[in-house]
Amino acid sequence: MMRALLLSAAAIVALPAAAQDVAIVNAKLVIGDGSAPIDGGTVVVRGGKVVAAGAGVAVPAGVERVDAQGKYVTPGIVAAFSRVGLTEVDAVTGTNDRSAPRTRFSAGLDIAPALNPMGSPVAVNRASGVTRAIVAPGSSSNLFAGQGAVVDLADDMDMVTKPRALQYVAFGEDGSAKAGGSRAATFLLFREQLLAARSYARNPATLAEWGNDAMIQRADADALVRVIDGTTPLFVRVDRAADIVNVLKLRQDFPALKLVLVGVTEGWLVARDIAAAKVPVLVSPLTDLPSTFEQLGATQSNAGRLKAAGVDVSVGVFDDDDAHKMGYATQYAGNLVGLARVPGASGMTWDQAFASISSVPARAVGMEGSIGSLRPGRAGDVVIWDNDPLELGSRPTAVWIDGKAQSLTTRQDRLRDRYTTPQEGALPKAYDR
Amino acid sequence: MIRGVKGSLLAAVSLALVGCAASNGETASAGDKPAEKPVKFNKDPYPSTYKAYPGQVTAVRNVTIFDGEGGRIDNGTVLLANGKVEAVGGPDTPIPADVAVYDGTGKFLTPGIIDIHSHLGDYPSPSVEAHSDGNEMTSPTTPEVWSEHSVWPQDPGFSRALANGGVTSLQILPGSANLMGGRSITLKNVPSRTVQGMKFPGAPYGLKMACGENPKRVYGGKGRAPSTRMGNYAVNRATWQKAVAYKKKMDDGKAVDRDLAMETLVGVLSGEILVHNHCYRADEMALVIDMSKEFGYKVSTFHHAVESYKIADILAKEGICSAMWADWWGFKMEAYDSVNENIPLVYKAGACTIVHSDDANQIQRLNQEAAKARAAGRRIGVDVSDELAWTWLSYNPAKALGIADKTGSLKPGKMADVVLWNGNPFSAYTRPEKVWIDGALMFDANDPKRRPVSDFELGQPGEGDVK
Repeated sequence: MMRALLLSAAAIVALPAAAQDVAIVNAKLVIGDGSAPIDGGTVVVRGGKVVAAGAGVAVPAGVERVDAQGKYVTPGIVAAFSRVGLTEVDAVTGTNDRSAPRTRFSAGLDIAPALNPMGSPVAVNRASGVTRAIVAPGSSSNLFAGQGAVVDLADDMDMVTKPRALQYVAFGEDGSAKAGGSRAATFLLFREQLLAARSYARNPATLAEWGNDAMIQRADADALVRVIDGTTPLFVRVDRAADIVNVLKLRQDFPALKLVLVGVTEGWLVARDIAAAKVPVLVSPLTDLPSTFEQLGATQSNAGRLKAAGVDVSVGVFDDDDAHKMGYATQYAGNLVGLARVPGASGMTWDQAFASISSVPARAVGMEGSIGSLRPGRAGDVVIWDNDPLELGSRPTAVWIDGKAQSLTTRQDRLRDRYTTPQEGALPKAYDR
Repeated sequence: MIRGVKGSLLAAVSLALVGCAASNGETASAGDKPAEKPVKFNKDPYPSTYKAYPGQVTAVRNVTIFDGEGGRIDNGTVLLANGKVEAVGGPDTPIPADVAVYDGTGKFLTPGIIDIHSHLGDYPSPSVEAHSDGNEMTSPTTPEVWSEHSVWPQDPGFSRALANGGVTSLQILPGSANLMGGRSITLKNVPSRTVQGMKFPGAPYGLKMACGENPKRVYGGKGRAPSTRMGNYAVNRATWQKAVAYKKKMDDGKAVDRDLAMETLVGVLSGEILVHNHCYRADEMALVIDMSKEFGYKVSTFHHAVESYKIADILAKEGICSAMWADWWGFKMEAYDSVNENIPLVYKAGACTIVHSDDANQIQRLNQEAAKARAAGRRIGVDVSDELAWTWLSYNPAKALGIADKTGSLKPGKMADVVLWNGNPFSAYTRPEKVWIDGALMFDANDPKRRPVSDFELGQPGEGDVK
């Protein structure tokens, strides 16, 4: 009996693990790198990776063929800035691992062990075509929030694609609140913590000498050393134009910093500075309200204007919901296409807009070579859609992650099926499954 | 009509019955003898001063029309005159000479969107503490507060809802911290110096109520009732009982001390004030329905209503609307059982279906939310046409707000609250091109001068930008 149980448990865990070799043919094929869709395209995935994609690609013998019947076939969506996997029900604190407001640690926090691949947000986002996500911690008790990860949304227990893929810090009003009440305190605290980490790197004994007065713990110092030398990209939430300019200047003291700006609501006002600094940005593009005084210049044309200035613009979903509705990325990208038709507004072409939710965020986190497009060598993250993926209500009909076919059924689907007819039948609804 | 009967006692009483905000405020019965008759209080002490802005006679031809009541006209014509919809028809609809004529080829024309659930003005942008005016969190029942006394007309969000969302009317509700949060107000989405200048003439008042997590969390957290769902109902029932007794005293012709809270609740019990009940869970909605019968009132609409799909048959039978999001979920426990098919399943059951926002961002794309819900329905075989889905955005919310005789559909004689879209409004690629309110052109994507800029945004970065 016990053995049988163990066997079946092992079988369940093993079930989704087999990578398939698969060729999807007859596709309206979107590579995701900003190029135009290819009619009659084929993508071949072997050993979990894309080996070929384009028109006139031959399907190797023995590889399963899937006919897309002319539908859109794209790389999976890369959620540019997310908390997926860190929360189930936001207001149920036990399920919510976004932030650690009472920890004594900060930059050293690593979200990897907090991720829950079995959480229903993972399945719901996957069913809307999101296959990878850049996941950042929310906040700690100190300035630095900790280390985020790049994850996959596959139906298995191994969620982490790249741990410690970024360090996150908020400047602006949120940063001020953490640092002691002013932007001056934020910039000083930032600098002093990095200098402390550098001292520690040169002589680990210094940290012990500081004792309880240390601004940071050993684990924090370890993490910040990797920020200083550019090993870990530093994602900085910043919105006000003046704050953006000052954040870009952080590289005067720390030239190896690999900056990525998040939010950037007033970025269009200083687009040339951002472009000249060659710093990528992640924006939630429909933010158009002066919700705070650091967002007075908010406009939906921000993404388009930054793009036109030569900035690498990734489109994410994070000013409204950053965990449950990553599928809004396609809707937001579609809105950018619509904006291009509005007099005086700036948007993107369809091809640019799709790239902004696939290859561009992959590039921002330094993983353009491994995820985010259907160019050879990238992960076999492929979606077949029932319609134009940037149009409202379009949904995936099939999703592969690392070449493995994925379940698209969610808990929500099960509830819907139970109540398609709301009246109870011969037995209560609880028996209906 | 209102002008014609002004001053007569009979008129004052009949206007008061529908909570008519356009009445002249003379509902106090000055001619009655105070000793014998109950004192009547002014039911409209902050009357609407809204007047339609000047418009010109306007025709749109060759346009696809959704009339808001489920009708569709391809290659249609609409004529707006004197602030009203003058004519709606096909290509042969007569158009007077010398009127402004727009070619609607490839474009769509609909009634303006009506958001039944907004906090613009009472939780405005910027969302600083000094602006946090949506919840009077000092008592679980505050039917005496009126949201119009919190609305800041300079909230930049109104202009976004107009220009990006095609929203022409909206209900501003108190928040959901309280079981009885106070009176709501329905506004025309026109910029104004005063909230009175936005008040929708003749719209009934609403009472915001709230089920579930919020009231018990807020007051449980203060160490007072309610701290449980059963506490929610106990406090509600005790309050309703008091209102029933107060009303009986009035009905019996006895003198009462003026009580602003009771005045609102008596308005509900008399059918003058409509109940808008924030309620997520199906089981709680069923309990509220029984409570409404226990005390003799009617719920107009359950708001948020993420579990309406579980009791859509009951809601259809009771004639209660559900105001819903397309796909919001997971932010709190009572929003955990959300399904993408909630809206189409409620529609399929024959219950009143409304798409709402509760959000300064989502109010800018309610048409897109409806499109997502429609697509989700189609995947399970609930095929709703574009023109029927538009009822979720204008006519149904107008009915639930008690203003469907005035707006919400393109019928001759109704207010010319109209949006011309630059494509099919159920596409992500479509935006409003022109928006008329009472026949006045209040937004034109081709004319930066027809783009409202609130006082707050004047002289700030991005003033007058496309937003």
